[in-house]
Amino acid sequence: MNTMTTKKKPMKETKKSGKRPDGRNSDQLRDMEAKVGIISRADGSAMFRIGKTIALAAVYGPRELHPKFLQNPEKGVLRCHYNMMAFSGSGERVRPGPTRRSRELGLIIGKALVPVLSLDQYPNAVIDVYVELLQTDSGTRCAGVSAAALALADAGIPMKDLVSSVSVGLVHGDVVADLTKEEEDLEGAVDIPLALLPRLSKFSLLQLDGEISREQMGEALELGKEACLKVYEVQKKALKERYHAQND
Amino acid sequence: MHRMIKEHVEHLLMKSLREDGRKLGEYRKPLEITYGISSKTADGSARVRIGKTEVVAGVKLEVGTPYPDTADQGNLIVNCELLPLSNPDFETGPPSINSIELSRVVDRGIRESKAIDLKKLCIKEGEKVWVLCIDIYPINDEGNLFDAANLAALAALKDATFPAYDAKTGKADYSERTSKKLPMQAMPLAVTVAKIGQHLLIDPTTNEESCIDARLTIATLEDGTICAMQKGGDMELSVEEIDAMIELAQQKSKELLKVLGK
Repeated sequence: MNTMTTKKKPMKETKKSGKRPDGRNSDQLRDMEAKVGIISRADGSAMFRIGKTIALAAVYGPRELHPKFLQNPEKGVLRCHYNMMAFSGSGERVRPGPTRRSRELGLIIGKALVPVLSLDQYPNAVIDVYVELLQTDSGTRCAGVSAAALALADAGIPMKDLVSSVSVGLVHGDVVADLTKEEEDLEGAVDIPLALLPRLSKFSLLQLDGEISREQMGEALELGKEACLKVYEVQKKALKERYHAQND
Repeated sequence: MHRMIKEHVEHLLMKSLREDGRKLGEYRKPLEITYGISSKTADGSARVRIGKTEVVAGVKLEVGTPYPDTADQGNLIVNCELLPLSNPDFETGPPSINSIELSRVVDRGIRESKAIDLKKLCIKEGEKVWVLCIDIYPINDEGNLFDAANLAALAALKDATFPAYDAKTGKADYSERTSKKLPMQAMPLAVTVAKIGQHLLIDPTTNEESCIDARLTIATLEDGTICAMQKGGDMELSVEEIDAMIELAQQKSKELLKVLGK
């Protein structure tokens, strides 16, 4: 979109200048908030907010999978759905119903979560994860993964690790964490959504939009680890708040 | 399982009691509205909580072309999607019949009461008008989505301000929000009265909803005028029952108006 006008912005103009459009440092995330157990009808649920992006997640299951021909007697199925509410986009109303984008994001959110689950424990069953975006700025899939991981934990589903997600990228040639929509739209910007299994220190989601060198990619992944660990802290706190409060 | 729930609910009602200790004509608490829950992207938004039931609604204003038979009026679209996030029995896919009914009942209340002066949404007759879209989503369905959805829609309308209109492109400019409010001229407050056995009650929980013989959603204005109704459920209603339901709805709508605030 609009590449003709944005192309004029020279790259590296603010290289190493330190500050970003919203005044953050290169490794600084937007402010975050997480809450576990927000939907009483669900088996597990959570809200995760980063900046102005707000994701809600609910988990149902393990439960019997219908239609029956989709059932797998060897292991359960993880089904993730991603949806933007009609008023959650910055432009015109988002038309209801699935799009190619929302279906892909549902898929990759599932791929980000599945390594921590033991689906072989749930033959013929399904775990449904629903992610709804109430408001979006950028980093919606990452907020969705972070919320969904909390919802899975809230549902009491055994997990090898939590999943913590945030994007990193390149803005004006600098490696930065948690790009805003404004930064993503700059010429030469690179967006790299990541999800980390924090205890194992391994990535379960990795996408990349833009052009980057191998060296800078290494740098970005290192920064990504740090950034995801900050998300992890917020997630742990939310889980403790929920279950500590319940034990009192 | 369901037979046991029904026996339990009816047994309590015999003693004028309910599973959560409420009176028959009482809303759950909290009964509250939070405005501006999606204020960065929506032109108006609100969250309604009735007990554990939670519904959000958002308004988007777009520029479009009027319908040929109402060339001097803006368009109103009310859409409610029963998210599978909010209830284990809701499924993904095309809108279910229940979500269509809910959308249409909320739509009717707003449209028939002329809650919004649609003529004031006209930009250029026959060519350009504002399209007012209200999207409603249950987040947690613990019963009585009808009243919660209607209230959330009204609250989002109340919260809404116009985006700027770019005369050059003939489109809305969402990077700029004006302080102009929607031309609201009525508050059609919907109260759903449920009938279980011989008992009339409001604000049914999920268990109570599963036992409903008949229900009547009644939207009324501040002066008591009825502006929309919808009967549901598999059993019939007598004239006396309908009258009693209307009286109850008129009474309870005052509470809802108070919650909406000035």
